[in-house]
Amino acid sequence: MKKISYFNVLSGIIMIFFFTSISYGLSDVFKENIYYPKNLKPTDSVLKVKVGDRAPDFTLPAVFVEKISLSQYRGKKNVVISFVPAAWTPVCSDQWPGYGIVKDIFDKNDGILLGITVDNIPTLFAWTNQMGKLWFPILSDFWPHGKVADSYGILRSDGITERALFIIDKKGIIRYIDVHDINKRPRLESIVKELEKLN
Amino acid sequence: MKRILIHITVIAVFALTINSPVLAATSAPVTGSVLPDIKLTAPVKTDIRNYLGLSRGDFFKIQQIKTKVIIIEILSMYCPHCQGSAHKVNELYRLIENNPALKDKIKLIGIAAGNSSYETEIYRKTYDVPFPLFEDGDFYIHKVLGEVRTPYYIGIRIDDGVPLVFYSKLGGFERADEFLELMLQLSGLKLK
Repeated sequence: MKKISYFNVLSGIIMIFFFTSISYGLSDVFKENIYYPKNLKPTDSVLKVKVGDRAPDFTLPAVFVEKISLSQYRGKKNVVISFVPAAWTPVCSDQWPGYGIVKDIFDKNDGILLGITVDNIPTLFAWTNQMGKLWFPILSDFWPHGKVADSYGILRSDGITERALFIIDKKGIIRYIDVHDINKRPRLESIVKELEKLN
Repeated sequence: MKRILIHITVIAVFALTINSPVLAATSAPVTGSVLPDIKLTAPVKTDIRNYLGLSRGDFFKIQQIKTKVIIIEILSMYCPHCQGSAHKVNELYRLIENNPALKDKIKLIGIAAGNSSYETEIYRKTYDVPFPLFEDGDFYIHKVLGEVRTPYYIGIRIDDGVPLVFYSKLGGFERADEFLELMLQLSGLKLK
């Protein structure tokens, strides 16, 4: 009986270690400026939209651009919205820089990417400046705090957003939703695959 | 007893599947130490297999690369510094390959931490990377190497089949020729 308990514990520890520990491949570009939160609850909100719904419209201030509205892309572009929880945190800092080198894939699929967080514009300016020159707009859902995130149902109880992706077609209809485990980065190929379906 | 055997089997299969030591390192490889045991998936392309001097097999260990010195870059397609310095690493590769005295003695590989094979391929195509890149989508190798930030460089000298670390450092380099000179100096590689 004691041996069974020993192996249960041993295998449990190994499984927990490999399947639940958080890994970061964080770039040296952010130096010591990253805040490391504890392992967060994977999701902490209830979606208010579903695939097939018309995407709630919004107008938000953006870094380098005064305002951007979702509706301005209607009939022109497929829109990928990437909500990330917070600036200056590890996984978020390790997500948008990768999107920065795949503009050609978005162009090929008539796509535009909108990056959104609930941080304010100065914070987003300083943070995204570390990522090189991003080709896509970065929007601030800071005030009223998280209003857009809440309209999609991805505002968490602590005021940050989920790590979520929404793909909206040229008619303004939501075609894909991925409310991802906040502790992990979504695979790029999942976005590309869904975007290609719209073409 | 049956339950014990099931648990042992599960652990063994898991450990074999991940192709890396079961326990992760708590720090980066230290200069003078032996590189942790790392298995990589053998490339399918013949030219890459030839570059690494690999014969048949689905997997290989770092020390099986047919050379005396190996430079490993830990990178990510999501890393702005890696993106910004990709052309310098490519230049490093060309400096080695264009020098008959070096090309068989030094090999360069990249391990893409947390990148799937798709993401690794995007990085390779975007920066026209001429040396072999290996995906590490689930961070297994990255964990074994102490979860270093990127880009990170590890210099390995193969002594009687043992991979000894002679360089282990975070951050890129300014000039490829100077970095190569440093690698030659620290590895003690004799060119004749």
